[in-house]
Amino acid sequence: MNCRSEALEVSVEGRQVDEAMLALLHTILLHRSTGKFHYKKEGTYSIGTVGTQDIDCDFIDFSFVRVSSDELDRAIRKAVGEFKDAMGNGMDGMGQISLEFYQKKKSRWPFSDECIPWEVWSIKVNVVNLANEQERQICREKVGEKLGEKVINIVEVINRHEYLPKMPTQSEVDNVFDTSLKDVQPYLYKITFQITDTLGSSVSTTMRRLIKDTLAL
Amino acid sequence: MMDSDLSPQDKKDLDKFIKFFALKTVQVIVQARLGEKVCTRSLSSPTGSDWFNLAIKDIPEVTHESKKALAGQLPGIERSMCVEISLKTSEGDSMELETWCLEMNEKCDRDIKVSYTVYNRMSLLLKSLLAITRVTPAYKLSRKQGHDYVILYRIYFGEVQLTGLGEGFQTVRVGVVGTPIGTITLSCAYRTNLAFMSTRQFERTAPIMGIIIDHFVERPFGNVGHMHPCIYRAPGEDEGAYNGVEDSQEVCTTSFSTSPPSQLYCSRLSYQSPVLDGAADFCHPSTLNAANPHQMGVPGKEGGVPQQVPVQPCHGAQAEHRRVSSCPPADHVPATPSSSGEDAETSSRSVGVKSGSPCGLLETTFTRKVGAFVNKPGTKVTTASLDLPFAAFAPRAYDLEENDPMVQPPESSATSSPLQGSLHSQGSGESGGPAQDDFVMVDFKPAFSKDDLLPMDLGTFYREFQNPPQLTSLTIDVSSQSMAEDLDALPEKLAVYEKNIDEFDAFVDTLQ
Repeated sequence: MNCRSEALEVSVEGRQVDEAMLALLHTILLHRSTGKFHYKKEGTYSIGTVGTQDIDCDFIDFSFVRVSSDELDRAIRKAVGEFKDAMGNGMDGMGQISLEFYQKKKSRWPFSDECIPWEVWSIKVNVVNLANEQERQICREKVGEKLGEKVINIVEVINRHEYLPKMPTQSEVDNVFDTSLKDVQPYLYKITFQITDTLGSSVSTTMRRLIKDTLAL
Repeated sequence: MMDSDLSPQDKKDLDKFIKFFALKTVQVIVQARLGEKVCTRSLSSPTGSDWFNLAIKDIPEVTHESKKALAGQLPGIERSMCVEISLKTSEGDSMELETWCLEMNEKCDRDIKVSYTVYNRMSLLLKSLLAITRVTPAYKLSRKQGHDYVILYRIYFGEVQLTGLGEGFQTVRVGVVGTPIGTITLSCAYRTNLAFMSTRQFERTAPIMGIIIDHFVERPFGNVGHMHPCIYRAPGEDEGAYNGVEDSQEVCTTSFSTSPPSQLYCSRLSYQSPVLDGAADFCHPSTLNAANPHQMGVPGKEGGVPQQVPVQPCHGAQAEHRRVSSCPPADHVPATPSSSGEDAETSSRSVGVKSGSPCGLLETTFTRKVGAFVNKPGTKVTTASLDLPFAAFAPRAYDLEENDPMVQPPESSATSSPLQGSLHSQGSGESGGPAQDDFVMVDFKPAFSKDDLLPMDLGTFYREFQNPPQLTSLTIDVSSQSMAEDLDALPEKLAVYEKNIDEFDAFVDTLQ
């Protein structure tokens, strides 16, 4: 199966990285989360209810909607925090954070389960340093507009209704969904990132990742 | 279009999905323009009343308006449902901001499974709608609505009208859902030319402060006819189960099947007969069989008839228009209409009223103001109030105001007790009010609060100063300068700036 890959790019100031990433990742996860499945007899299941909440950004003129799940929010914030730390503070730089949705495929022993991605969102981030308050104010508004455009892009992709894993039976649900959260159930996902310095060299990180992935099989 | 391939049950389900999708769409749009952040809880177990597995509250008034617009029909081909969002300023100018359109075209997807795929895609589309409603320009405007302007909505059915959006409006497509009878599309056309806003918005030189808007004052937002304000005050703080569900709300089950042939089937819906439609509409469970297990849904908990229409005007103004631009805080005691009516000089913050008020707790000993709530001097004291608390403070019926040292207060509005409102002495001879003054309008001041610079309460203060004031350089004072004069003044200004160039440079350096 071909994995669908979508790329987004934003330029933000250092202190806007967190909120920009949260906004985009949460927007994607809003569309890729369902309520909790409750399986019953005869192979039927019911689905819980997904709540939503508005979040206002402090450093960007922007508001977004996320799933009402503190657990999910914590997980995303943790990943974004790691990304931000890796990017460093106050330095110009480029990085890319990827949100990958995958399915697990059981393999025979001794091989471990395969993770087959079916949708990957890559968000390239350019971090800029601004000289004065006026530029920062303009950046606030501009980044807000840009994020709005990105949300529209995300929605456009999602509404193409391309491949989605089919609804699993009870025994297979953990291969498709992340059932560890108690209030919502996103598709299985993982967040990875890579940082490039201003010279743009990312060979070392990519190689590292390749080797790690190969060894994980 | 031929829907002969569609089983009757599927057709029924599809119609129901479309109906509730339309209703939820309107709810999402209007709630996104209320000016407040929306927050609903995720529930791991379905309640049976959350359509499309999404926690979208139903504001009864909005549902009512939607159903009124639909008038028993469903959105279909050449029958679009539109929600128009517009802005109305306190001066009465209005402007359409955006129009959300739920349309259907003829492109059918006959193979799609109604009760599974269509349902889930509608859920996805609603999520997209939630996201997109925060992105269009009207969202930011709606978050700042208040004194200067309000946001209104209008639902209509039929042909889409976009002419009111001005030139160069943009369109954003939220998404599509293919169904066997056509493809549903949801889109938004929004105005980009907000020029009217930028000039008129800043014309007000000072916000209105210290004015109680009551029903004797000409409401600044007038009668808006068929438009409805995007403002909602929930009956209770903790809605919890949200009992405001109309009794005609139909429940949905969220049971799905994973059996291979029927994996794509949803269980049957159960619903109660809608009161408004007047049609009994029961669905009986079909017999279970191995191939197509169906399951009777459990009716979700239903609230009763909603207790009250939200957005009750504070003082019972005309029903069509329900926007109160600066509703007095809840601690105001509502007043009965007095025949003095429209000539209320409501520039004073509060009214002290002579005794006789049954609201003795907050009474003061003064008669104020021309117009509303004014009492004829000396006629009011209904000594029935003698058994009221603080009746001892009630002036006697025969005391003349002139003799009452308390009636002519000093110019400052110092209060003599924490419970008294600020006092203003106006021509008490011009009362013209009714003989009885059962209700008073008193401005309740928290204990130990002082009327310092501005005689206003905390709520008004907060609303006034929540946003920074408009820059004076952005106010366009029509009467003063014209472009030509501006240009003429430029050389002088430039000369002055050049003279002070060192100062500016030093200032800029401090910013680096």
